[in-house]
Amino acid sequence: MGSDLNILEAQFWAVNDILNKLLNATNATAVLLIDKAGQLITSAGNTSTIDLTAFASLAAADFAATSQLALLIGEKEFSTLFHQGERESLYVCMVESRVILVVIFNSTKATLGLVRVKANQASTELSKIFRAIFEQIERQMKGGLPGLGEDFTQEAESEIDNLFK
Amino acid sequence: MSVINYASREITFKIVYYGPGLGGKTTNIKYIYSKVAPNMKGKLISLATELDRTLFFDFLPVEIGEIKGFKTRFHLYTVPGQVYYNASRKIILKGVDGIVFVADSQIERLEDNVESMENLYENLAAHGLDIRNIPFVIQYNKRDLPNITPIEELERLLNPTKVPSFEAIAIQGVGVFETLKAVSKMIIREMNK
Repeated sequence: MGSDLNILEAQFWAVNDILNKLLNATNATAVLLIDKAGQLITSAGNTSTIDLTAFASLAAADFAATSQLALLIGEKEFSTLFHQGERESLYVCMVESRVILVVIFNSTKATLGLVRVKANQASTELSKIFRAIFEQIERQMKGGLPGLGEDFTQEAESEIDNLFK
Repeated sequence: MSVINYASREITFKIVYYGPGLGGKTTNIKYIYSKVAPNMKGKLISLATELDRTLFFDFLPVEIGEIKGFKTRFHLYTVPGQVYYNASRKIILKGVDGIVFVADSQIERLEDNVESMENLYENLAAHGLDIRNIPFVIQYNKRDLPNITPIEELERLLNPTKVPSFEAIAIQGVGVFETLKAVSKMIIREMNK
């Protein structure tokens, strides 16, 4: 299979720390980290009213579509995107070309300028962690990716049989 | 690209339904959506034109439950089948874990199937992937129609590597879950190789 993304506990908490710092520094509503294939990695802040699975898939598609637009005008990609709403807005930027950082903020509580500066700082910090994650994955791939064991396969197969009847 | 999060104990896999336009990819996803229990599925998102043709993709998250403490999910995507939406198709294939090719069995669509299959190989190659190394199944859809190509002929043209294939009437749900079951099991097994 392609390049899988496996996140260990320590790395996960380090990532969450950075997201929480960003959230507090900008007074944003929520911060999300999404992989380029459209899956949510983690989030911070108030996401109770957001369908996170749908959001992640659409955000990744949005980023991918915009990257294609960039290519058409001779750019490699647009490293940041900004979507302005009446109240809630989105600031989106890239981490290590593999992960998408999204800040959801309310323009009466947070400013684009501050969000931009702090998100870019967070992106640099996240880069270090993700570089380590990707290196670790590459090492694992060389030695064969450790699976979750035969038990997992059997149990998953029986759940699949139950659900997709 | 499966995402395994050991901290939040979640695993997510991406399955893409590929094939020629109007072949029944969206019909597959809609049938699955209509049959899976509400607590096991998310919202069905369709980025379609006003004529109900897929413009960018359809997306349906399905949860199979907690396995060995890991919440396990499949994200189902369809691609737009129409030839000129190739940029969108390429985007959707990013990070794919398993592929379902939905072929249209009607005689007049035979060439479109072959063309779409070739397009799949090309787009996978653009992501550095090879169909022989990815969990892959083929569904021969619309088997209820009168003017259809015999299975042997479809197999010869579309399935040289003899991956699992299924006859289907997606609109009635025939063969839909068999197809999904087969590809999801292949993905789970692939992960443990």
